[in-house]
Amino acid sequence: MYSYSDFDEAFVRARVAQFTQQVERRLDGSLTEEEFRPLRLMNGLYLQLHAYMLRVAIPYGSLNPGQMRQLAHIADTWDKGYGHFTTRQNIQFNWPKLPDVPAILQALADVEMHAIQTSGNCVRNVTADHFAGAAADEIADPRPYAELLRQWSTDHPEFQFLPRKFKIAITGSPNDRAVTRAHDIGLRMVRNAAGQPGFEVMVGGGLGRTPMIGVTVREFLPEADLLPYVEAVLSVYNTLGRRDNKYKARIKITVHETGAEEITRMIEARFAELRPLFGGNDQKLLADIREAFAPPAFRNAPTDAYDAFHSADPVFRAWADTNLTAHRNAQYAIVTISLKAHGETPGDATSAQMRLMADLAEKYGHSDLRISHEQNVILPHVHKSDLPTLHAALMQAGLATANVGLLSDIIACPGMDYCALATARSIPVAQELATHFEALKLEHEIGPLKIKISGCINACGHHHVGHIGILGLDRAGVENYQITLGGDGTETAVIGDKTGPGFAYTEIVPAIERILRAYLALRLEPSETFLQAFRRVGMDPFKVALYETEGAQDAA
Amino acid sequence: MSRRFTPKVVTANLLREGDVVYLTADDRWSPHHHEAELIEDEAHAQMRLLHASAQKLLVVGAYLADAKAGAHGPEPTHFREAFRTRGPSNYPHGKQADLV
Ligand code: HEM
Ligand code: SF4
Repeated sequence: MYSYSDFDEAFVRARVAQFTQQVERRLDGSLTEEEFRPLRLMNGLYLQLHAYMLRVAIPYGSLNPGQMRQLAHIADTWDKGYGHFTTRQNIQFNWPKLPDVPAILQALADVEMHAIQTSGNCVRNVTADHFAGAAADEIADPRPYAELLRQWSTDHPEFQFLPRKFKIAITGSPNDRAVTRAHDIGLRMVRNAAGQPGFEVMVGGGLGRTPMIGVTVREFLPEADLLPYVEAVLSVYNTLGRRDNKYKARIKITVHETGAEEITRMIEARFAELRPLFGGNDQKLLADIREAFAPPAFRNAPTDAYDAFHSADPVFRAWADTNLTAHRNAQYAIVTISLKAHGETPGDATSAQMRLMADLAEKYGHSDLRISHEQNVILPHVHKSDLPTLHAALMQAGLATANVGLLSDIIACPGMDYCALATARSIPVAQELATHFEALKLEHEIGPLKIKISGCINACGHHHVGHIGILGLDRAGVENYQITLGGDGTETAVIGDKTGPGFAYTEIVPAIERILRAYLALRLEPSETFLQAFRRVGMDPFKVALYETEGAQDAA
Repeated sequence: MSRRFTPKVVTANLLREGDVVYLTADDRWSPHHHEAELIEDEAHAQMRLLHASAQKLLVVGAYLADAKAGAHGPEPTHFREAFRTRGPSNYPHGKQADLV
């Protein structure tokens, strides 16, 4: 894992000292709220519905055990004993008090963490495939590139005041687990005809009010050109981006208004100017960074214990078959720890759970932890012979729910339970969906399914790319939920289609059940997933199931 | 034509703690919605909001929220304000924890 350089360390400490003074000056009245607000946002501190909220960056979702323990310590000391992992691979604390925030930032700095650029119109936390460096299908580990981008973008003078926030996601696999097509810049590793690794560069994706899938501006970018090319994209956006209208300021609108061909031409022209200015220092730096991400020393040991447990213990088998992913080393597995126990808040972990996950990572996982954009925690490198013991420990902590990729593995933004911008709640909808289908014992029958819920049009819960998306709205002072179907956040990304009129809070779970019963009735065979069935039959049968039932009830 | 004024309370968040509070008729900041001053007159509402906004060392983000008279004092009329009176629905955190 990457460790701070002296420069990083000094930079973060200086920011903590600066913000500590700013908080003091706010509290003694020398700064007004109008003056203070942009300063606190520069340090990840929002004022939400019931309290302040601190958003802490977890670069490309990677954490070591010491960092995870420190997050637990912060949750216990200055918050309410838990933290919320988000779709941007960050963690949010929902209850800090303003005078405590400097101490929290100090504690973060002690473990090489911070909250810088987690808000504001700058390049935000660079996100990456949560299986980076472990996945069997990977061309190259994307984290060194993400780290290079992080160092380059942090406090970059030209890009601190962009027209709007800017999000970059990167995957080292052709299979996209980082939703790259819904980011301002998406980078997907591919090989060219000669077999060399490089990037497909996608620009102008994004969710929110005007959801769009990014357009490919380069089919193949040699990896050595990464930094000048990304800088070219940002530079063009910084010039063209709409500063007159907040809702039209994202690069997706720029791409849309300029046209894909013209914007590609402009990016390439700017790239031609910038390329010669990069003298190769970025490549030296990349080589150093890469060393920090060298693969762990994999152990060579028999995996018989795993095989024995797998055939003898049905509980272990259910968990292993659902929550494990193929590792590039056949003796190893990638473990996804579900933070979606039925009825719990998606993405929340208690401090005790954080500590346990840190311990397990240290004992069995080469000290590596990841946060996924799907709000789960990953142990990327676990030897198969350790899995039975690991599973037993997870069970004790309520962390062994075997539901990864299934119905109850729901992404939900904080919604109106926490967020000041929300128009309806998300969390209780996720909780009720999970418990309802758990009671029906249908979720394994239904199979792979992505339900994503946002509490407002900003789409932090990625509802547009959910197989089933749910958007909470305010309809004349009551919560109302709009459903979209057929969204996809992978390499075959699409924005879901609206089904029709929304549903009241008490109607939303029955409505989702009608959709899923329709799917079970019309699928060709159990292996046809919901998304495949939707692509085959289209919207109509689902609309009938959703809305005609109500008509039938009225008629009765 | 301007819309008819509907009753309001003044609400804000405490600067230090972030907690939701309401302005009372005797100029306190109460965590309880039912202790708020229910304001029926538009000009008075603006005055009270100005008074609240001036308290820069105590509260942030003061605004007028719709309310109605209830059996034990003002009650919120919109679900957002109803949530603000108690706290999130996934944990017994926030006000509801302190009120029990
Ligand atoms: C303080 C609470 C939050 C605020 C004020 C906030 C604000 C916003 C806004 C204004 C947008 C729309 C941006 C645009 O397209 O113009 C947005 C989008 C987004 N936010 Fe949040 N958000 C909050 C919490 C979160 C959380 C908790 C997550 C993760 C769970 C998150 C992740 C995202 C993502 C992934 C998008 C997608 C939009 C895109 O890429 O276009 N945000 N947020
Ligand atoms: S989608 Fe809306 S409600 Fe949900 S976290 Fe984002 S801004 Fe808040």
